[in-house]
Amino acid sequence: MQQLIFIIVTVLSFGFFGYTVFRILSYFKLTKEHAYPTLDNIGERITHTLLVAFGQSKILKKPVAGLLHALVYWGFLVITVGTLEMIIDGLFGTQRILSRLGGIYDVVTISGEVFAALIIISCVIFLIRRYIVKPKRFTAPEMKPSSRMDATVILSMILLLMFSLLGMNIGYLNNGGEIHGSFPISNMFASSIAGMNLHTFEIVNWWIHISLVFIFLNVLPYSKHFHVILAVPNVFLERLGPKGRLNSMESVTKEVKLMMNPDTAFAPPPEGEQAEIPRFGVKDIEDVSWKTLMDSYTCTECGRCTDVCPANITGKLLSPRKLYIDARQRMKDKGDALIKDSSYSDGKFLVGDYITEEELWACTTCGACMEECPVDINHVPFIIDMRRSLVMEESKAPASINMMMTNIENNGAPWQFSASDRMNWADELFTNDE
Amino acid sequence: MAELKAKGEEPEVLFWVGCAGAFDGRYKKVTRDFTKILDHVGIKYAVLGTEESCTGDPAKRAGNEFLFQMQAMSNIEILNGYNVKKIVTACPHCFNTLKNEYPDLGGDYEVIHHSEFLQQLINDGKLVVKGGGEFKGKKITFHDSCYLGRSNNIYEAPREVLETLDADLVEMKRCRSKGLCCGAGGAQMFKEPEPGNKDVNIERTEEALGLNPEVIATACPFCMTMMGDGVKHFEKEDSVKVMDIAELVAKSNNL
Repeated sequence: MQQLIFIIVTVLSFGFFGYTVFRILSYFKLTKEHAYPTLDNIGERITHTLLVAFGQSKILKKPVAGLLHALVYWGFLVITVGTLEMIIDGLFGTQRILSRLGGIYDVVTISGEVFAALIIISCVIFLIRRYIVKPKRFTAPEMKPSSRMDATVILSMILLLMFSLLGMNIGYLNNGGEIHGSFPISNMFASSIAGMNLHTFEIVNWWIHISLVFIFLNVLPYSKHFHVILAVPNVFLERLGPKGRLNSMESVTKEVKLMMNPDTAFAPPPEGEQAEIPRFGVKDIEDVSWKTLMDSYTCTECGRCTDVCPANITGKLLSPRKLYIDARQRMKDKGDALIKDSSYSDGKFLVGDYITEEELWACTTCGACMEECPVDINHVPFIIDMRRSLVMEESKAPASINMMMTNIENNGAPWQFSASDRMNWADELFTNDE
Repeated sequence: MAELKAKGEEPEVLFWVGCAGAFDGRYKKVTRDFTKILDHVGIKYAVLGTEESCTGDPAKRAGNEFLFQMQAMSNIEILNGYNVKKIVTACPHCFNTLKNEYPDLGGDYEVIHHSEFLQQLINDGKLVVKGGGEFKGKKITFHDSCYLGRSNNIYEAPREVLETLDADLVEMKRCRSKGLCCGAGGAQMFKEPEPGNKDVNIERTEEALGLNPEVIATACPFCMTMMGDGVKHFEKEDSVKVMDIAELVAKSNNL
């Protein structure tokens, strides 16, 4: 009976998770096709992922919070082995199937127990930090009550997961049967109540734990904690190479080449090729690259980007974190309707109604946000993509920026100096005035 | 460059002066000092002179990809026309664009920033910086340029150059990959800052001045302008100099 219920629950929760993933993947079909991942440099990608995702190298830049997070993450990896065992046991009616591994099972159970305790300590500190210490980045304007509640729910859920895990083990130690594995933490509690038969307690905690796992799995994609699933792939698919590089827009290259070639510059456009003029840059959510959309789902709103942003530090409107909260929200608001009708419009745009021009023009492209982001989000290319639509589609640039561009067009320098004066710096070399 | 070409010669390296290097009153001196160093070590170099044009960096980062690519393609045409292989520049923005963004459009060159170039000359023993000179024991702090540091992972080259001065090098709390921007990148140089409670360069200069340095060293024309303005804002221009690493090297060698 229990086995049958478990099979139904498992099928339902993986079914719903599959449905969610399918829906999110369908949003990716709305993004710009030309920029799908090229899996070059696999070796470098694997090393990078081991370091940044599994090794937690970037999050450890803040040593205290970083270490606590790393403990929770590494603990999750270890405890997942136990979760797999529970699912196998549940589906096939076995008891602690991995105990057949012998000595290795001791390693699995001991590390699971130790990490469960470490995760409890970390999560309690995280809650204290969130509600009593209150670091600045948790209380920024873009952190709405809903997203703060989101964090509290997830932290509480993790605590319950760990308590039920330990509860299950305490019950196992006192269920009257043969014991496989080693349980240092649970043993401390179990030995003090030796003699009581806790078989029912074990079963209840087993069900609480596995149900929470299934709920957790299905809550993640709808919360800001989707990074639990997406961080590894997002880091793996990172844009490699120098961070200062921006892509060259191929659509523009085509046009510029036509313009610069005297044979085609003044010729009328060939028949039939006039129809589809792509929108330059990002004005709304369907214009973003797949990476930007994935970045928006991966962002945990930790605010490390905003913390180091020179514009934000000096009181400007820009907060790099907000851009991804906005992008995700925009897809939530428009995605489903766009899938049904690709020309759907609600009269709103990502740039203008969600993200303001003032935010975009405050960026110095310094890349501090990208340097800090523990999950390798690419803020600067996204900001430039949005500036591209402002400038190339709508000619909306600050007057001084227009002046700079006019200067480049007219005299090949961002300032109003004549190109013929380019060598004047050398004059003084020969007059010896230094 | 045109003159060398007419003589059928090719330079070892093309010195890309950049718009700031050619027009900015303060940075023209850095350009001159760098050429003095090149002459001093006997490197055969050339400049494009009036044929050089903006790389397009500020246009690209302001979102005008059209203007960027027009600039890039005409520059590439000129550079390829002279068969240029190796470029050195004192501007990290030109450096980043030439090195990372021109290859997409047909411009493949070995591009070196002057901090790496100077470091190389020193390592090879071609340039001997006389420690114990002008800057011996003086307190110098180096301000990282975003387009050298985070953008291209060049943190040590400028520091190694400065170390040869035998000065007292001190680091700001936010240095290397945590370095705070001067506020000029991404075309900010050419516009007024957005409303806020402080200018970025003031925040950064405050941090530098907190160390009581005699020199704030930079390796970027925009950083130099921003830090220079910051020092003036605090009315410290008499006691604190903002100088490029090339100027420091030239001065300590009496060039």
